[in-house]
Amino acid sequence: MTTRTAPSRICNVTGFIINRDGQQLALAHVVSGVVLLALGGLMAILIALQRQGLPISDDWWYRLLASHGATMLLFWLLLFEVGALYWGSTMLLNARMRAPRVAWANFGMMILGILMAQWAMLSGNATVMFTAYPPLTAHPVYYAGILLFAVGVLLAVVLFFANVVGAKRDATYEGSVPLVVYGLVAAAVIAVYALGTGAVAYGLLFLQSIGVIETVDPATYRLFFWGIGHGAQQVNLAAMVAVWYALIGLTVGGRPVNEGLSRFAFLLLIAFIHLGAVHHVLVDPGLGTSHRIMNTSYMLYLAVLASLIHAFSIPAGIEAAQRERHGARGMFGWLVRAPWREPGFSSLVLSVVYFGFIAGVTGVLMGTMQLNMLIHNTLFVVGHFHATVVSGTTLAFMGISYYLLPLLSQRKLVAPRMAQLQPYVFAGGVALLTLAMLQAGRLGVPRRVADLEYSDAPLGVTVFQSGPTPTVMLLVSVGALIAVVGGIMFVWVMVATLLTGERSERPDQGLGFAIGAPARERQEVLREMAAATRTKPTTDTTVDARGLKGRWQRFEAPGTYLLVLIFLAWFVVMYVVAHFNLAQAWPVG
Amino acid sequence: MSDARSPEDERELNTLTPPEKVWWKRLGPDERRWLTIAFVWCLILFTGMYVWMGIGDQQTPIESYRIDPDDFAAETTAFIEEHQVDEMEGVPVVAPPPGSNVYLQASQFQFRPVLQLEEGETYRLLVSSTDVQHGLSFQPVNLNFQVLPGYLYVIEITPDRPGEYPMICNEFCGLGHHVMTGMVIVAEAGAEGNAP
Repeated sequence: MTTRTAPSRICNVTGFIINRDGQQLALAHVVSGVVLLALGGLMAILIALQRQGLPISDDWWYRLLASHGATMLLFWLLLFEVGALYWGSTMLLNARMRAPRVAWANFGMMILGILMAQWAMLSGNATVMFTAYPPLTAHPVYYAGILLFAVGVLLAVVLFFANVVGAKRDATYEGSVPLVVYGLVAAAVIAVYALGTGAVAYGLLFLQSIGVIETVDPATYRLFFWGIGHGAQQVNLAAMVAVWYALIGLTVGGRPVNEGLSRFAFLLLIAFIHLGAVHHVLVDPGLGTSHRIMNTSYMLYLAVLASLIHAFSIPAGIEAAQRERHGARGMFGWLVRAPWREPGFSSLVLSVVYFGFIAGVTGVLMGTMQLNMLIHNTLFVVGHFHATVVSGTTLAFMGISYYLLPLLSQRKLVAPRMAQLQPYVFAGGVALLTLAMLQAGRLGVPRRVADLEYSDAPLGVTVFQSGPTPTVMLLVSVGALIAVVGGIMFVWVMVATLLTGERSERPDQGLGFAIGAPARERQEVLREMAAATRTKPTTDTTVDARGLKGRWQRFEAPGTYLLVLIFLAWFVVMYVVAHFNLAQAWPVG
Repeated sequence: MSDARSPEDERELNTLTPPEKVWWKRLGPDERRWLTIAFVWCLILFTGMYVWMGIGDQQTPIESYRIDPDDFAAETTAFIEEHQVDEMEGVPVVAPPPGSNVYLQASQFQFRPVLQLEEGETYRLLVSSTDVQHGLSFQPVNLNFQVLPGYLYVIEITPDRPGEYPMICNEFCGLGHHVMTGMVIVAEAGAEGNAP
């Protein structure tokens, strides 16, 4: 064992060695992220109600929209991810936090950056939206704030790598890093690229805003900006997949059927995912056809292949674990008998299903060069990224918070019943919100427009006042409000747990997590089950497939195989329908 | 209090703990099959864009040039003077001949001029901005393009149905973003009074 500078404890639930510095830092980042999530949620209420007639001035609506975007897309998600990076690189590796004082100073810098940017946006000095496209200009404090935050995240990534390398050198674990840490490494690598291009983009604008350089070329800026604008979402994607794998382990004690394949998929993500950022500039002047196609396809869609691998590995991991433990009952018995009352498990499944069926498929549609003409800057785009970062990433992060916060703060979860219900309310609201937004986008509704009746426009536009559009926009608002209710439930449980939760050495009690029994006791149960199945002449690659006939018995995860085929069929149908829609438009070229 | 974990415990939390020494194993039959299907689908998605370039009528415009915003504004003004036929809410209406170059200027917070076109004819729209970035969105056909100052984007359109088609700005361009509109009027083929 190595000597440790900070006092550590051993977690009574998981058996991990918990480094105090890592614990406090992870907690601070996650909690401040949750506070910003709450703030962004409050803004969402006002943004949604304005659509239904709440008298908010156009100026304020745009300010709220700008702040909502930055608060959710940058501050909430990246703060949570930094927390997850510290957690993964210390606790999961039984290692200590490197340079904790630097990490705390860095945390302070990020918070300062957030405060500066929020002041600029809410005071009306930076109504340029998240994208901040030049020549629109904002107060220098806005760019400086975003830069401080981005540099802070970059420094946190450096500390993460220092932790991982240090843990290897100190031999705090044997062999390869755990799969979850491997996924976090992928997220961190992508973050370096994203934050680097972001620093260039915002750095140029900052220099322009204080008069050092005269102009920033709008097309060049767009290429750099989308390096972070979409790059940050790829960080979210990789971090979310890592959290999915963590949740499989935590909720059903599962692991991927073939861990090597999952790791290979993370490598594909690192290599190719950032190319996809080009789908934001598919209908821009200035780029050639080959450039557009090679980039928007993530180089032959190899990053999509990575997602399709995870789309198989995640449910297959659940299926294998469930069959091992409960035996198999036909094709989907493992799913029926799953722990649906576990907020971690329900969050995991809802997040995976929604991310695959809606977020992933719509992402590929908008990234198809010609289809993008029907989608660019409509509410379809907004629907897509709410499906990815809200019902995908945010829901997954909420799911793992039900473990992280009690275990890190050593307090019992307050209001476990509300926690059980929360993922369903949140996912239901977001499902309504995003499906309605996608449909509104197909009807042509533009994004970031304060008044869809165009009442002050000299040349009036009435297309959005008749037909299905008003109803669809009402559903957008209703979905947003339901999602916010789900969000409030989450924040309530988290805050109440932190402030009033009963201090406990065994904070997992109260919710029937898969790690609900101490690791050691549960180990016995599992060992017995494994022994029971081993009496049958099964090999590694076949399942205990009672109730399944013929060739299905040879599959590792027959239920999952069927599910992914259904998913693929849905994908194909959506792709064909989108091209059918495209063929109805004016000939253009 | 429990002490450090035994090797058996190591495998307990699965994805959260280091894997077995050799974590690569042969792919199972369903994994192999899914990987093949998925990769084939990826290749179909990739070639799909090239296939549509061969069979589709709706293609992403590629032709573009750099242009000084002031020059563009001057050329647009000259174009309007040459082809103006009417005025609509203070915005000039032009009726350019089919097949010709048609200037369309986006600026805070107006698209100008109003275009009067003929059904089934092809026009080369020369689109740019004189100030900030804008979005050009034809409704309800829902065709959307980005407009950048300093760049001239050539968009060939063939409106194939008569009617009034509003243009709206769908890139945030300032506090008047929601009043920025324009209009395309598509007359039936062969209709009187459309020729210059």
